[in-house]
Amino acid sequence: MAGRVIAIRAWPGIGAAAFVAALILGTLLAVALRAEAGRGLGPSEWAALRFTVSQALWSAGLSVLLAVPVARALARRRFIGRRLFISLLGVPFILPVIVAVLGLLAVFGRSGIVNSALRWAELPEISIYGFHGVVLAHVFFNLPLATRLILQGWQQVPAERFRLAAQLGFGSKDMWRIIEAPMLRRVVPQSFAVIFALCISSFAVALTLGGGPKATTVELAIYQAFRFDFDLGRAALLSCLQLVMVGAAALLALKLSDRDGFGAGLDRPVLRWDADTAPKVALDTCVILCAAVFLLVPLSLVVLDGIAGLAQLPRQVWQAAWVSVLVSLASTGIMVALALPIAIASSSRHRWLEAVALLGIAASPLVIGTGLFLIIYPIANPFSVAFPVTALVNAVMALPFALRMLIGPVRDVVQDYGRLSGSLDIKGWAWMRLVLLPRVRGALGFSCGLTAALSMGDLGVIALFADPERATLPLQMYRLMGSYRMEAASGAALLLLCLSFGLFWAFDRGGRGHAEA
Amino acid sequence: MKYLAFATGMLAATTAIAETPVLTVYTYDSFVSNWGPGPSVEKAFEAQCGCDLKLVGAGDGAALLARLKLEGARSDADVVLGLDTNLVAAARETGLFSDHSVTAEYTLPIEWSDSQFVPFDWGYFAFVKAAELEAPTNFKDLADSDLKIVIQDPRSSTPGLGLLLWVKEAYGDEAKSVWEGLADNVVTVTKGWSEAYGLFLDGEADMVLSYTTSPAYHLIAEEDASKAAAAFDEGHYMQIEVAGKLAASDQQDLADQFLAFMVTDDFQAIIPTTNWMYPAVTPKEGLPKGFETLITPEKSLLVSPEKADMVRDAALAEWLDALSQ
Amino acid sequence: MLRLENVLMRQGDFTLGGDLTVPAGARVAVIGPSGAGKSTLLSLIAGFLPASQGRVFWEDKDITMASPGKRPIAMLFQDNNLFPHLTVFQNVGLGIRPNLKLDPSQHALVVDALKRVGLAGFEDRKPAALSGGQQSRVALARVLVQRRPLVLLDEPFAALGPALKAEMLDLVAELLAETGAGMLMVSHDPEDARRIADQTILVAEGVAHPLVATADLLENPPQALKDYLG
Repeated sequence: MAGRVIAIRAWPGIGAAAFVAALILGTLLAVALRAEAGRGLGPSEWAALRFTVSQALWSAGLSVLLAVPVARALARRRFIGRRLFISLLGVPFILPVIVAVLGLLAVFGRSGIVNSALRWAELPEISIYGFHGVVLAHVFFNLPLATRLILQGWQQVPAERFRLAAQLGFGSKDMWRIIEAPMLRRVVPQSFAVIFALCISSFAVALTLGGGPKATTVELAIYQAFRFDFDLGRAALLSCLQLVMVGAAALLALKLSDRDGFGAGLDRPVLRWDADTAPKVALDTCVILCAAVFLLVPLSLVVLDGIAGLAQLPRQVWQAAWVSVLVSLASTGIMVALALPIAIASSSRHRWLEAVALLGIAASPLVIGTGLFLIIYPIANPFSVAFPVTALVNAVMALPFALRMLIGPVRDVVQDYGRLSGSLDIKGWAWMRLVLLPRVRGALGFSCGLTAALSMGDLGVIALFADPERATLPLQMYRLMGSYRMEAASGAALLLLCLSFGLFWAFDRGGRGHAEA
Repeated sequence: MKYLAFATGMLAATTAIAETPVLTVYTYDSFVSNWGPGPSVEKAFEAQCGCDLKLVGAGDGAALLARLKLEGARSDADVVLGLDTNLVAAARETGLFSDHSVTAEYTLPIEWSDSQFVPFDWGYFAFVKAAELEAPTNFKDLADSDLKIVIQDPRSSTPGLGLLLWVKEAYGDEAKSVWEGLADNVVTVTKGWSEAYGLFLDGEADMVLSYTTSPAYHLIAEEDASKAAAAFDEGHYMQIEVAGKLAASDQQDLADQFLAFMVTDDFQAIIPTTNWMYPAVTPKEGLPKGFETLITPEKSLLVSPEKADMVRDAALAEWLDALSQ
Repeated sequence: MLRLENVLMRQGDFTLGGDLTVPAGARVAVIGPSGAGKSTLLSLIAGFLPASQGRVFWEDKDITMASPGKRPIAMLFQDNNLFPHLTVFQNVGLGIRPNLKLDPSQHALVVDALKRVGLAGFEDRKPAALSGGQQSRVALARVLVQRRPLVLLDEPFAALGPALKAEMLDLVAELLAETGAGMLMVSHDPEDARRIADQTILVAEGVAHPLVATADLLENPPQALKDYLG
């Protein structure tokens, strides 16, 4: 019985969601209105759609499936470096695509570690290129994110429940049935939807690792419509299809996920009594080691590769780095301003708001960028608004992840402390400051970190609005590559990695409560 | 909100110098990058024009044209620099360009006469490989070999489209079977040139689709002679990059001046070691040392702008078909 | 004086009706079978649940639609009475100003209240570092600083042992005597009612009955209460 909760007002959240929807649909509309008669969708577009959906289903499914044991192992083990490891989990997700792909290829590619070892052992080599390569790369990107989202589910279970479970002598199965399965039912469908949405708009990864035009995604078809045929109508139509797919996934996830929280605890440190048997320790250790190797080896290779290039970085790259940091901080601020109201509103009656926000990652960046360009061009010089626009779009893109992290904790606060807040007449800013923010600090810190890092690494719409004097770091990195300066580009990638991770870590760390200690 | 202040500051700075005429040139992104020709070109032209040359980067050649179509006649651009021959027909069709008055002794392998577009550099597409690798000498040999190649997607990349037209021009109706033969040599297809070249340098493939001039970069800038281009006996497809003046420009004289400047030594001498292409008019002092080591194809292939539009749709269908098996 | 005028509250199959008056300063136990609606009655009075019909008055003012924080009521719940992330001092201070911006005199009020409930010096602790009894005392200290004329207790001490519970009830009685506030207390235990409530509301079979003297009720319980008491 949630009761009437007086502290909550829904209209700021509805307003924020409407703003996001207007941005996404408005840009789409702007592109569609500008279109001349095109040829519509042909068989090749439908084939692209099929491929897109199937790779996204596999990628999201595997990411979530593998993330469950990793998250469980991290939830019930304490080891030196655990904090750092959990932070590092954010990294693959925030790397620029090309950097991450090169990192993966350094492991799984034709001259990567794995094939070198196989050659040495005179075993047949493996090829990463193909459908499995696409899925592998998407799992590499998204497994860490899924792990964090699901780990949070575990951490939201109050220590008191585990104590009770231990008291009742729960075995693994009981623990699973009574505590873990219901928690996962609540967390997994939504995590799946977020990752599915992310994979829907994948393009460069799918094409590069897919090994050829078989791996044509809808986003590539949009690219083709836009630059090969200049068929804006088809581009808008295809972008619509992306939105429909993601919208459907989001609504399904909302339906599937349970809405009950676990009630409040007293913020006692979580101690687990259920997992100290040797086989479980061995299992968890093994899971964590596998995840660490899978995620960290490609990253280490990116780092090693970049060290030599770091010394060659020209001045412009450092300037771009500074610009990128500012843009990403602005992005983070915008994200918080959008995400908190939406999370608050959707914690009571308006759960569908989260689905609206999910459209942000589903929308094609090319279409959003073009649409914004069309909207802004008549009223202002696109260059003069390049940074605000980039910060805004990056914030909207990061919004779904932030919401996924925030909605659960916010809902718990509302359910568990809504009546107490109401009876004490704590509302408005005082409620935000004294009740909400301290209780969702961890989730908020992670969301901010993710947004900042994501914004750092995103090429996004800046490419359409960029002006030579003021480029962001990823853009400068691509320019270095485009001028044959691959080594300097690796250095820039490393700088980008360090800055992204630094921002992510600072925010994430700032938000950590007891639960991760 | 610091960036806003920053943006406003920049805006103010722009208004302050508004008295000097501004020539706005839209070009592709790597031209304006600090490592491209942009900065030197700007300096050289501003030294003689008494104007402010504003180079604006907009993606690559195809994105540039798309951008222009979006802006239409209201565009701020006075000159567009960086379209290639495959885009010329579509660019002409927009009706946004006006005739130029430039005459020059082009050192292009083909005759150039176009009333609207002035060439500023050119190159040949080629597969780049390790210097010591015994490379095949045509596409059929390549298809029969075990060599692995990385290419770019014609739908998202200029070199990718060049390769498509190369095979089509060299083999005509046979093109599809050539692509079917190449299918098992293609490691993967990338979104753009940078990705493909990066994969090649990381050892993912034996050869990568690039330009005959690519080894010059490694030789001159890195003193590394380990890369070479494979010479193909069916000829090499050309890329000629051009610039044109917009009819709606309010700086017609400056635009004309810029196009004329573009074919002088001051501009042309910058091109080889910044854009890593051949200059459209070889400067007096000749090409930089190192360019003489590059292969020079015996035969130059080029689909005329008028034909390119028709050919590419059919060629794309064949390519998709052959590589999607 | 609190007056429920033909109040009816409906939730699915469940209904609870009441037409009764609680005089100012009265100490009233709310007893009845489990599930009969004792907590619902308190939620209704506190404003967490809307009445389907009828009206609620405080003195002569209609508070049927007033939000919980605007009613002359302080309430303690079965659980979650303290914010775990705030200190003892902050938890109590919220009773004075919900934005915690306290002036020195209000500051002193909090310190006094904590002293009064025997927790002087505990200001900076977090709830997790307190025993169950101490947590109850913090909540009571807050009720004290809230200075509301009516206190609702929804079995806040149910989790405490008998001796500790008795101690808490005595503390409540003392505090009420000092402030002159009235009280409605949900209880399962007739002994609690005897201990501090001289009057009782029996909630049974969908009706909250008007107040009767606790001693009389327990001596001659109606059938519904008899079944419950066993």
